[in-house]
Amino acid sequence: MRISVEQRLRRPRWLTVAVPFGSVVFAFLVAAVVLVVTGHDPVSTYRQLFDAAFLEKQSIDQTLIVATPLAFMGLAAAAAFRMKLYNIGAEGQMYLGAITGAAAGLYFGGRGGPAPFPIAAMVVAGMLGGLAWALIPGILRAFFRTNEILTSLLLNYVAGLLLTYLIFESESYWRQTKGFNATVFPTGKPLPPNAVWPGWTLHVQGGTTIPLGAFFGVGAAVVLWILYRLTRFGFEARVLGDSPRAARYAGVRMRRKILAVMAVSGAIAGLGGASQVGDFSHALDGDPNGLQKIGYGYTGIVVAALGRYNPFAVVLIAFLLGGLENAGNALQGPSFPAGLVGVIQGIILFSALGGEILSRHRIRITRKTTHDTAAPARAPEPAA
Amino acid sequence: MNNSLLVVLVASGVTYGTPLLFAALGELLAERSGVLNLGVEGMMLVGAVMGFWTVERVHANAGLTLALAIVVGAVAGTAMAAIHAFLVVTLRANQIVSGLALTIFAGAVGLSSYLGNNLNLADIPATHSFHALLPKGMQNLPVVGPILFGQNILVYVSWLCVIAVGLYLSRTRPGLNVRAVGESPAAADTMGINVTAYRYAHTLVGGAFAGVAGASITLAITPQWVDGITGGAGWIAIALVIFSFWRPELCLVGAYFFGALQSLAPQLQARNISLGPTVLWTNSLPYVMTIVVLVVVSSGTARRRLGAPSALGVPYVREEH
Repeated sequence: MRISVEQRLRRPRWLTVAVPFGSVVFAFLVAAVVLVVTGHDPVSTYRQLFDAAFLEKQSIDQTLIVATPLAFMGLAAAAAFRMKLYNIGAEGQMYLGAITGAAAGLYFGGRGGPAPFPIAAMVVAGMLGGLAWALIPGILRAFFRTNEILTSLLLNYVAGLLLTYLIFESESYWRQTKGFNATVFPTGKPLPPNAVWPGWTLHVQGGTTIPLGAFFGVGAAVVLWILYRLTRFGFEARVLGDSPRAARYAGVRMRRKILAVMAVSGAIAGLGGASQVGDFSHALDGDPNGLQKIGYGYTGIVVAALGRYNPFAVVLIAFLLGGLENAGNALQGPSFPAGLVGVIQGIILFSALGGEILSRHRIRITRKTTHDTAAPARAPEPAA
Repeated sequence: MNNSLLVVLVASGVTYGTPLLFAALGELLAERSGVLNLGVEGMMLVGAVMGFWTVERVHANAGLTLALAIVVGAVAGTAMAAIHAFLVVTLRANQIVSGLALTIFAGAVGLSSYLGNNLNLADIPATHSFHALLPKGMQNLPVVGPILFGQNILVYVSWLCVIAVGLYLSRTRPGLNVRAVGESPAAADTMGINVTAYRYAHTLVGGAFAGVAGASITLAITPQWVDGITGGAGWIAIALVIFSFWRPELCLVGAYFFGALQSLAPQLQARNISLGPTVLWTNSLPYVMTIVVLVVVSSGTARRRLGAPSALGVPYVREEH
């Protein structure tokens, strides 16, 4: 018997939906095996997981808190990965966006004035912060051909150290220095009320607040879709991703495009950082066991790859994986296995990757007949 | 004299550099066969947690237990690498995304954390750990004592590994075949070399090295288990392969350089020396220096592509060549 993999001439449409869906189902099945082997009951564990993610009172409210940053991180990764620029620094770019966004909120909020102005300043500052941090690997890649995967990743560690430094190791502008608590445990200075981002509360599940950042996330998805689908810039970026040589012959300016794509990616991640501060923490979170431990930027890569870099799919998957992640956080404790959510995410991504071959190739199982075995098994292929 | 900053830094550079060296040697072998594995960090963490688990659970004499722990770490790393190998060699998935997936799956918030919690390994000191091997008299020799003779057995094993990998790649038939597979799989295939088998074998061996690297962190450097204990060492190891132009002997130099950078911050703090304005600066030095060296290496040799296997990251499909 021989298993051969051959390329499909046409990719059936249903497979583009079936592969991600099947990946998720497969991942849960494999993770169930892991659970059984390590002595947990998969049925009750999964029920706990889904209840905490989507069904319990206020669970969607909590899920949105995770899904919002994940959507930003997923979009940031998708924007770069689509051009085969592997920016895995969304994590650090988010920290920088949080730092600059918080600075703008503290400064402009403190000067009074109506709410839209400090919030707008935070959005702009956050985007600029993320953009600037993303341009470091961008410039190194464009002008020195330095591997952007490594530089962007290593800069995440530097950004994390910077974040911790601003709150824990210095008397910076971001740190709360007044009051009793400040002397006990270092924290970030809280945003003035007019710099706190408003949410839109729905009366479902006992009150579900849709944060302002979630709307910005959907807006970013729309902008990204238009940018990549309907503009010359997006077309050139896609060509450059699929075939750099073709792009060069067509006169696409490589360096400029790398810088622009990194800037877009970093700006989205930075906006995610500003939303972290404005929507949720309302102060810069420098705790090494806080924002930095969650690793939204890395999960964002899973989100982007599962959504096949399509902005709208990314937003949808951010919501679903956000639920999973939220449940993982909520259930953390002796009765619920830690790290399970990362395991499930990893398997989902593996199976989505493996599933890619199903949509691009056809797998054929042919039984060797006596006639076949007589022929040389490894006959050289005719030269193409 | 043995307490002078320079000697201490070089000696701890060797100690801290050893996990980097193991991981980089493994990645080098995989990359030489044309497989880029960005999952080093994840493989190291799983090796680290499983090695630590072995030491906690096996009740034998220290030497035997530690040897077994290293083997278990290697097996765990190999198992992780097998997932990557299957996806990228057999299924021809994108090597970059698959490697990142491996890091997420196995990494600080994935399988390694799951295992660490499930096996109750957090916050306990290791029952056994690696110690300096040679007699005190040799360790106290000036300069060479702490640097060369004050190390644990893993350091000496890593030297043997460097020599073995170097000889393997330059002096043996299979070693030359790997290089052919990494440079031009189509030509290698025509020569009758089994490209798939070579890529599988070297990716798996790479995983074993990463597993040993992880176990050497939890059993020699900081004998305990904490989620994400590698702290980016896997990524620095991948960068090391690039710095070393895919050569094992240069990996050794690079690993010790970065090992010394890692121990720089604690050493300076212990001596109340402040280098630059803040703690931030000394702590981020290993990462920043990695980037700086990476830029120098990639800009200087980008045109010549010194050492990089030509088929690195490219799946091989017989019908398409």
